[in-house]
Amino acid sequence: MTLSAVMVRSSAPLARRNPVAKLVAATVFAVGVLATLDPLTPALAIAAELVLLPLFGVGYGTLLRRGWPLLLSVFGVVLTTILFGANRDGASVFAVGPIDVTTGVLTVALGLALRLVALALPGIMVFATTDPTDLADALVQNARAPARFAIGTLAAFRLVPLLGQEWQALRMARRARGVDAGGNPVAAARLFAGTVFALLVGAIRRGTRLATAMDARGFDSGTPRTHAREQTFTRADWLFLVGAVLLTAAILTVSIATGTFRPVLG
Amino acid sequence: MGAVELRGFGWRHAGRKAWAVRGVDLSIERGERVLLLGPSGAGKSTLLAALAGLLADDSGEREGTAEIDGLDTRKARERVGIVFQDPATQLVMSRVGDDVAFGLENRGVPRAELWPRVADALDAVGLTHPLDRPTHALSGGEQQRLALAGVLALRPDLLLLDEPTANLDPAGASLVRSSLNAAVSRETTVIMVEHRLAEVVPFVDRVVVLAAGGGVVASGPPARVFGEHGAALAADGIWVPGQPLPAPRRATAAPGEVLVTADRVALAQRLAPTDLSVRAGEALAVLGPNGVGKSTLALMLGGLLRPGAGRVVASAVLARDDAARPPHRWRAADLTARIGSVFQNPEHQFVASTVRAELAVGPRRLGRPLAVVDELLDRLHLDHLARANPYTLSGGEARRLSVATALASAPRLLVLDEPTFGQDRRTWVELVALLADLRDEGHGVLAVTHDPALVEALADRRLELAP
Amino acid sequence: MSNNRWRTVDIVVAAVLGVAFGVVFWAWGLLYNGPADAIPLPARTLLYGVWLLPAVLGALVIRKPGAALFTETVAALVSVAFGTSWGWTLVLQGPLEGLGAELVFALFAYRVYRLPVAALAGAVAGLVAALYDVLYWYPGNSWASFGVPYLALTAASSLVIAGGGGWLLTRALVNTGVLDRFPAGRERPAV
Repeated sequence: MTLSAVMVRSSAPLARRNPVAKLVAATVFAVGVLATLDPLTPALAIAAELVLLPLFGVGYGTLLRRGWPLLLSVFGVVLTTILFGANRDGASVFAVGPIDVTTGVLTVALGLALRLVALALPGIMVFATTDPTDLADALVQNARAPARFAIGTLAAFRLVPLLGQEWQALRMARRARGVDAGGNPVAAARLFAGTVFALLVGAIRRGTRLATAMDARGFDSGTPRTHAREQTFTRADWLFLVGAVLLTAAILTVSIATGTFRPVLG
Repeated sequence: MGAVELRGFGWRHAGRKAWAVRGVDLSIERGERVLLLGPSGAGKSTLLAALAGLLADDSGEREGTAEIDGLDTRKARERVGIVFQDPATQLVMSRVGDDVAFGLENRGVPRAELWPRVADALDAVGLTHPLDRPTHALSGGEQQRLALAGVLALRPDLLLLDEPTANLDPAGASLVRSSLNAAVSRETTVIMVEHRLAEVVPFVDRVVVLAAGGGVVASGPPARVFGEHGAALAADGIWVPGQPLPAPRRATAAPGEVLVTADRVALAQRLAPTDLSVRAGEALAVLGPNGVGKSTLALMLGGLLRPGAGRVVASAVLARDDAARPPHRWRAADLTARIGSVFQNPEHQFVASTVRAELAVGPRRLGRPLAVVDELLDRLHLDHLARANPYTLSGGEARRLSVATALASAPRLLVLDEPTFGQDRRTWVELVALLADLRDEGHGVLAVTHDPALVEALADRRLELAP
Repeated sequence: MSNNRWRTVDIVVAAVLGVAFGVVFWAWGLLYNGPADAIPLPARTLLYGVWLLPAVLGALVIRKPGAALFTETVAALVSVAFGTSWGWTLVLQGPLEGLGAELVFALFAYRVYRLPVAALAGAVAGLVAALYDVLYWYPGNSWASFGVPYLALTAASSLVIAGGGGWLLTRALVNTGVLDRFPAGRERPAV
């Protein structure tokens, strides 16, 4: 298993923003896009995201490398909507057996596909440009998240590369024991479950030891922690947040003004 | 400061019938350096955890007292630092400087004072990397030095070392020992648990031996304790310096047919082109520094990893009608009947919920009788554990089980990755005898190893991989 | 256990479970949206329960208020960080699902961790997840032919896979001894 969670170290103006600011901005933007079902809003959102991408220091190639699984779910959602969409308005474009594919259904499907992409891009932009340590620091220092949970999770997150290597070792070790799927899907599922189990045993054992080592260095002593690294929430971060709100509002305004806005609830 | 006083101390983990450690009476002066010995299961690590104040009241039952400078150990945690065995599970942060800073943050050290202390601690252990170097880019020995720096930055009066070099190759272990020598002041009390004694004895003033059933058997200067108790300790599995190992065993007959040949096998970034062949009835040791690709080579010969270049050819003796195909393309069941791989970490290979079921996996896949299961339980002294969950076994038991599972499907060729790593003396002796027997029965044995004693005791031939 | 304060080992192991499942989700997502696309929704939801496993498993292992919520949230965030195909919406959906399971354990005052409670927690988490999907992803689809079967099948799958599976998984983990520092591990007969 190779994980593509490679950090882009960038001094681009938006990549440098406080991680909490980036999280909040992405969430505001995502909720805005989620609020409506029309294709225009997410299309505008995607356009805005693609324009902003260089300001995060993320190249379009990087985006493709990290974002390709998205295309799978786009396909899934489009297929599902074509099969089960209630809206059968508009002219028939083609028919698959008893299923009449109309322009109405296609519009809905297109809207959903665009939403999916519009919602995924902010996640890629935030996580590709945010160091996990900085995120934990900022959550504690700027968002008052409990330090024990933030730092404890960060420590667990550090085990990810180890888990990736472990997964490979477990797969090979199973083959060495004579256990393989040989193209049988039931055997494949059992093999997957068995490997996950072994991975969990190792992960819990490591987590327990790690927790002991952390306590040995005073993690649960109850003394108020100091912060070795300072995270600041500057005026630029506020401006960035305001910018995200304004951008979201602008996109929604356009979609309302053009009459395409279709609220998801109600 | 840093004086230790134990009186009738004992601890039983919740859910266990037996006491992990019991009846320990021990006084240690400030600045003393003590090596704690005892057979596997004598509770050495539990005792260190107790001294470090890490045994929570809700996780077991305590008896007697344990004090540091007159304070109960649970209230003296700020005076104590502990370094554990596995670097991967004691480094908390992902960058070198941040990891040393972690403990200081927990103690509430202000930022202005914190970074100079980080620098001093790194300096003391001899780590010269930039502060933002990712910890995963360090070697095992360097990671363990970093763990030591993280503890020393807190300026403990009592330093506990729980097998700090057990997970390291010889080069890494020597890095850590030199850091300990240089960085630990004579005022700091040190209590250390370690299996390989020869190298650490010069560092300590006193040896304390715990008995398996409880209590302290012996205590005194190393020379006296080893002189009086050396043979008994060795029989308990402890690597006592100067205690002779069984005489080396070479093959009793000339090697037979070639079983497998590696022809210029290589993998980008991991292994340079390598030639090698293994014959029936011979034991081959593959040596070389860390990172040279020994384990990669073992995986390729084991049919588990496809070579990036070159090829692995199994002879007709080994592959029968499958000789045209390379081992990595064989069906898994066929593979286990021909080549048995034993991984460095035995737990990676466990797939069943009891020891007995674990041994039955191979024969069952091959449709062979299960009589071999009882034979192996007996031969590897696992019969009393037949119903135990494999994950609950001790290190030595797990190693014996992993070898037994490979033998269960009767392969002609055995490929072992660091089979003696971290084993106590008793398991080591048994394992070497078993491998020698297998070789003399006509198996080909290939072992990737850092262990010079294993090479000395078993290998008919050695291959040194160069970087 | 009456003590509801999270120990370090509770936090780290819950987070490790979350992280491990984040990694598993990454692999599972490729399967769920790849080859499994051959099974059209809503029938594909029979596999849905896997997404809710961490919520039930976290609660059964840690047995403290917030464990289901925390574990499922970490799993969701980690899978977002790796680039899941559902993107940022999981940042909302993960915690909501976790809350669904959390609600059930809270209903039993964080005292009962037996199979029926685990199954119920899995089912409720699945119901929340399915409602979110239907409202946000498939609002244009017909309730009769899509929405209702989607909810029912997801809840059933979650009851079995997340609830029953989580319970079995916890029991298997207890037998390996790695949960000895947790209340679940103490239920093993003393050895």
